[in-house]
Amino acid sequence: MADPASHAQPSTTDGQSRRDFLLYATSTVGVVGTGLALWPFVQSMNPAADTLALATTEVDISKVQVGQAITVAWRGKPVFIRHRTPEEISEARAADNADLRDPQKDAQRVEKPEWLVVIGICTHLGCVPLGQKPTDPRGEFGGWFCPCHGSQYDTSGRIRKGPAPRNLEVPKYAFINDHTIRIG
Amino acid sequence: MSAYKTNNKVVAWIEERLPIFSMLQHSAVEYPTPRNLNYWWNFGSLAGFMLVVMILTGVFLVMNYTPNTHMAFESVDRIMRDVNYGWLLRYLHSNGASMFFILVYIHIMRGMYYGSYKAPRELLWWVGIAIYLAMMATGFLGYVLPWGQMSFWGATVITNLFSAIPVVGPHIVTWLWGGFSVGNPTLNRFFSLHYLFPFVIFALVFVHLWALHTVKSNNPLGIDVKSPQDTIPFHPYYTIKDLFGIGVFLMFYLSFVFFAPNFFGEPDNYIPANPMMTPPHIVPEWYYLPFYAILRSIPDKLGGVVAMFSAILVLLFLPWLDSSKVRSGKFRPIFKQLFWLFLADCFVLGWVGAQVPSPNVTLIGRFATVYYFAHFLVILPLLGKFEKARPLPASISAPVLKGGGMAAGAHAQPMEKA
Ligand code: HEM
Ligand code: FES
Repeated sequence: MADPASHAQPSTTDGQSRRDFLLYATSTVGVVGTGLALWPFVQSMNPAADTLALATTEVDISKVQVGQAITVAWRGKPVFIRHRTPEEISEARAADNADLRDPQKDAQRVEKPEWLVVIGICTHLGCVPLGQKPTDPRGEFGGWFCPCHGSQYDTSGRIRKGPAPRNLEVPKYAFINDHTIRIG
Repeated sequence: MSAYKTNNKVVAWIEERLPIFSMLQHSAVEYPTPRNLNYWWNFGSLAGFMLVVMILTGVFLVMNYTPNTHMAFESVDRIMRDVNYGWLLRYLHSNGASMFFILVYIHIMRGMYYGSYKAPRELLWWVGIAIYLAMMATGFLGYVLPWGQMSFWGATVITNLFSAIPVVGPHIVTWLWGGFSVGNPTLNRFFSLHYLFPFVIFALVFVHLWALHTVKSNNPLGIDVKSPQDTIPFHPYYTIKDLFGIGVFLMFYLSFVFFAPNFFGEPDNYIPANPMMTPPHIVPEWYYLPFYAILRSIPDKLGGVVAMFSAILVLLFLPWLDSSKVRSGKFRPIFKQLFWLFLADCFVLGWVGAQVPSPNVTLIGRFATVYYFAHFLVILPLLGKFEKARPLPASISAPVLKGGGMAAGAHAQPMEKA
């Protein structure tokens, strides 16, 4: 250690002394180091490699008749695939200019007009809306009706009434051929 | 306790209702610490740091671990391959266990050399041994969790130790297993306890520190603090020294984690547990080896188990077995040498524990076992009576302050010797 006198009486008091420098440098290294060390812990809670590997699902839609709907699991969530009737399609298009809470044209929400693919999770608080089975209530707009707090979706999966803020989400998907789609 | 003063209204409001700030001030800032502590006094705080690391990595491992005999091995494999940084969490945890034991062994040996177990620190010493026992249990239970071959057969052998107890032994073993062999119920309860014990250790550490702060730290000279000149405040002198120690220790620890992560491990534990086949060479984790050697040295089942547990329990009697009034080995010329001999004996026992038994190895093991007990039961009680200790310094500060003429207060030359 250098001349003890310089330690006993720091020459300046305004953050200029060697001690202050050492204190700030040590604290900075400590804080940054702890932060970096905690990063892997936080990151370990994100989806693991095997979970991400399950991130796409292929669905055979050849058996779904006009007017029918199926529910498939994708990333542990229900995806609604509805083979829409011509009436449902025209209803959806007719509502394009209605007073929508989350305005979107029907054409923006489908790849092919006959097939509507949406994530079956109510954008309010996450329940699965009814409307997949012929006996289910579908609400005033012929799409889906959420039993939890009464949100109503139309035949394009758009929110029309009730507490949900947004339309049913359209997942990323593509037609691999005429009767198979890959979701994700 | 000096009254705690603050201008901060929020702090004052809390302090009136829960004196947490004055407690911290008292025990982590002002705590008068002997000014002459050397680096062997870093190992307590290092062990505390390691406990935190074990709990943190453990809690995150559990997020991806499955305690079921059909899934445990695969879930650990998934942690290693698929979970983000899972390999890091696991290697920090498995190497951390070894580090924890290295630190605690050094900490215990420090206590034995400097006589820290002697009055008035007997209870402090006892709580330390309770922590050590709980650590041994935790390490054993944790080693079973990955459900590899070593996990399974380690669990089988250790639980079977209890079968040596006359009459009730076999029933106790069945009770421990929750079945007729080590199986799923065993794994489930071991997991439960492996999660619980570290928190028990945490509580014990508090009791340990409570006792410490009541009787205050021992020091390399082993003499009592006599005046404020003998001490310096814990903060900043020892906080910074402990932090520095953590930095050095981390380099040691992480060099294993990153460059030799399986150094302390057994390859057989990467083979899934198979109740139909015992691996050819089964050894416990290195930290149990000396006791394992003592177990194997006794040619009688019950006798071996009793000797093994006695080897640890004898430490409880150490404060009364050591008859010398002088604490620090520094002033005990013969004790000092016998201390190193005892340490060497522990290493010999550790080596014996790792060998495949052969007549020669067994013979060495028996000598080492006899010497181990003789050190406590014969040498230490007699030595204190015959050994002539070197003269003790008048005070802790006397040798430091060269004659002690300075009355300038405890802060005169704080950096002189920490
Ligand atoms: C005193 C502190 C602790 C010690 C000495 C300890 C020791 C061990 C050991 C030796 C293993 C086996 C390592 C291997 O080869 O994989 C292990 C595994 C494990 N421990 Fe701990 N542990 C401690 C604290 C904890 C805590 C607090 C938790 C949970 C809250 C935990 C959760 C686990 C889990 C899930 C495993 C299995 C995963 C694996 O094998 O890496 N541990 N522990
Ligand atoms: S969750 Fe669907 S309406 Fe509330």
